[in-house]
Amino acid sequence: MTQIENVSRRKFLQGAFGAGAFVLAVRHARFIPSILAQGAPLDWQSEADRAAFHPNLFVGIQPDGTVYIVAHRSEMGTVIRTSLPLVLADELDADWKRVKIDQGIGDKRYGDQNTDGSQSVRRFFTTMRECGATARLMLVQAAAARWNVPPAECSTELHVVVHKASGRRLAYGDLAADASHLPVPKKEDLQLKKPADWRYIGKGAKSVDLENLCTGNAVFGMDARMEGMVYASIEHPPVFGGKVKTVDDQETLKVAGVRQTVSIDPFKPPAAFQPLGGVAVIADNTWAAFQGRKKLKITWDNGPNETYDSAEYKKELRETSHKPGKVIRSVGDSDKTFPTENVVEADYYVPLLAHTPMEPLVALAEFKDGKVTAWAPTQNPQAVQAIVSSQLGIAKEDVVCHVTFLGGGFGRKSKPDYVAEAAVLSKKLGRPVKVVWKREDDVQFDYYNAVAAMYMKAAVDGKGKPTAWLQRSVFPPISSIFDVTQVYGDPPHLAQGWTDLPYDLPSIRIENGPAQAHVRIGWLRSVANIYHGFAVQCFTDELAHRAHRDPVEYQLDLIGPPRTLDFTGVTYPNYGADYKTYPWETGRLRGVIETVAAKSGWAKKKSGKGHGFGFAAHRSFLTYVATVVEVEISDDGTIRIPRVDTAVDAGIVVNPEALRAQFEGAAVFGTSIVRTGEITAKNGIIQQSNFNDYPVARIHEAPAHTNVYITESSAPPAGVGEPGVPPFVAAFCNAIFAATSKRVRDLPLSSNGNFD
Amino acid sequence: MIKLKVNGIDRSFDGDPDMPLLWYVRDILALTGTKFGCGMALCGACTVHKNGQAIRSCVTPMSSAANSEIRTIEDLGASGLHPVQKAWMELNVPQCGYCQSGQIMQAASLLKGTPHPTDNEIDEAMAGNICRCGTYQRIRQAIKLAAGKTA
Repeated sequence: MTQIENVSRRKFLQGAFGAGAFVLAVRHARFIPSILAQGAPLDWQSEADRAAFHPNLFVGIQPDGTVYIVAHRSEMGTVIRTSLPLVLADELDADWKRVKIDQGIGDKRYGDQNTDGSQSVRRFFTTMRECGATARLMLVQAAAARWNVPPAECSTELHVVVHKASGRRLAYGDLAADASHLPVPKKEDLQLKKPADWRYIGKGAKSVDLENLCTGNAVFGMDARMEGMVYASIEHPPVFGGKVKTVDDQETLKVAGVRQTVSIDPFKPPAAFQPLGGVAVIADNTWAAFQGRKKLKITWDNGPNETYDSAEYKKELRETSHKPGKVIRSVGDSDKTFPTENVVEADYYVPLLAHTPMEPLVALAEFKDGKVTAWAPTQNPQAVQAIVSSQLGIAKEDVVCHVTFLGGGFGRKSKPDYVAEAAVLSKKLGRPVKVVWKREDDVQFDYYNAVAAMYMKAAVDGKGKPTAWLQRSVFPPISSIFDVTQVYGDPPHLAQGWTDLPYDLPSIRIENGPAQAHVRIGWLRSVANIYHGFAVQCFTDELAHRAHRDPVEYQLDLIGPPRTLDFTGVTYPNYGADYKTYPWETGRLRGVIETVAAKSGWAKKKSGKGHGFGFAAHRSFLTYVATVVEVEISDDGTIRIPRVDTAVDAGIVVNPEALRAQFEGAAVFGTSIVRTGEITAKNGIIQQSNFNDYPVARIHEAPAHTNVYITESSAPPAGVGEPGVPPFVAAFCNAIFAATSKRVRDLPLSSNGNFD
Repeated sequence: MIKLKVNGIDRSFDGDPDMPLLWYVRDILALTGTKFGCGMALCGACTVHKNGQAIRSCVTPMSSAANSEIRTIEDLGASGLHPVQKAWMELNVPQCGYCQSGQIMQAASLLKGTPHPTDNEIDEAMAGNICRCGTYQRIRQAIKLAAGKTA
């Protein structure tokens, strides 16, 4: 997969630091040959690049023993800036206290940088280990040469190479210069540590950014500053696809601090990550730009989405979900007429959802001498390079994207339309521009998680077990932002908790129907798993109760014996992971179900009279999760969530504390979805605008306590950022039923339930 | 001309008296630890202390900050970390961290008036501060850990 080369002796490094730098370049075979390989120096170098011993792109060691490790993924709260470098440090046998983290810019040489899809650790676990092991072996070789002994007689302890026979020791820093002259060993010569020898993997470490995050010193995108910058606030077309007809900015220009207004062209469909267009108010500070916007008089051509009405659209989706759709997967004789006896049917619905990260979208960019330098809270700096390059007509390599801290992302900040706006404006104005979105812009011009209707149907036997199962989902697909003709779910998103129904039933039919998008659709924390998991897991709960069976026992019966699911003849992308490495194993799902049942004391739980326990289990992003939610609902409808128990099998876990935090947070994220998460539209205009009408869970509404149980596993690492959300959503709704005997089939509660 | 003290330093401001304090400290004083989240006092990310009380700087016009003493997150731990900051670090409270300046300023203000808050008192004091990452259970634990340690 990857190859590693010694780049220490390349000219550009020697220019900066002379001989003695030790740098390894890791190149992912599937990426275009690196800039390094072409010999073109970058304008920017990481501290690792500049270090004396720099055996690869990800690590550098200075003669004083400081180890620089590059974090090439974006930090938005998952502690990835700590966890991935920790893996490299482990294989290097480096002293974590002497490691400094350097944030990588957008650069294809690092491989994939889209910090999305809960894949940072699983995609780069082995790469990080190999980079660390490569550097360690070269340090050993350097020491062996110095001592004139065979390398095999040498080993490493914390930050030193030792020769046990003679008792000699050499610190890593003292070996940096020597190591920088050595050829990089072949991958087959590397010896990765045995798991029992891991220092940090599995134990984890506190975030390296903890103090900065608690003292206001961490620099988020909102905090980036550049000499001579101006501030911009943009009035976007209120309807997706709309255009400016006329602008009157006379009153705007009278506002103190406003410098001018600038029109931004509408996008050319498909929208993808292009700016939406509109009118930017340029000012000396953010407040003046906001005030100037209020005074703009703009008339709009709203375009074809002017008739979009989310209430009507919901009816359309539901009607479509009741008609035969495209067959995604069929098991047994599902082609035959569905049985007509003992049939259970239910409709489920999840509306459009907004991301609302705490930091509204913001970006700072400077266009100068044909090149762009951007500072942005982005989940995907290479996508920034791509869109800025195409918008400005410059090469991708001429776009340097620095990644700041992200004040939340949840998928929104993978889509760099807002960074492109800053670059476009900077080119027009000839100075650095900071674009600041108001919260209202963030809510109204999101790439929303798709609105979805799910139709569920089962024919059951005398014990209530399905003999035939049909499920049909309808939602506008994410692919519509890249190709406006797309109306069916694309395989990667259908695979999210839909294609992969894990039940051992004689007849299963899984379908998908068409839906036209009228807003930008995008991925949000756990994406299609939200609505798919909700429908499958709530319907399963309905069937269990109808059969007077325990929901946990019933689900285990439906899952059947431990086995690997066979997707022969079915399109199943498996989150982009190799199926042999990451098979879908029902035994692991059973495992977390049994764990959560035991740990939560499920068997002794008694629901009713406003107090209830709900259960759900779901695999997403290659991780198996089972969750029990406890709710208390008072007579006036106030809901409390005293406790959540969740069991997780994510394979090898690098940083258990970070995993726990992600699952605690996922429960809160899921609470927002169930209670109040809903974006609606009338005449094509989004009706919500801020946290008053798009509320998210507050401290008293969130689960009081979430317990997380981690399965000990030697399976390859899987995702942790997203998989907590889907089972929580379903378990919460199932708990409400247990407490009140009322089914939650349409989300959110605030629009469809009797609960406040 | 509006005169005020920010983190112990005398300042004067002759711009738009309607400008919220938030943008004065962020854009003009470059004290960016105080965050913009909603602009409507709905999320608490902009929380600072005015004469010792937690306020939402995004809806506090400069005119009403006149002659007051303003303290931002940058000053809270200037002479050694505040007990709330220490508790936040011990319990790994922050995820993305964007809301935490506001949470910490709010919690510090709570503990000043109520050194040993109950769960309900914590909920009441902290309900105006949104954390989208969902760190609430650690925030509650951290406030309890810091309780009694604040001056």
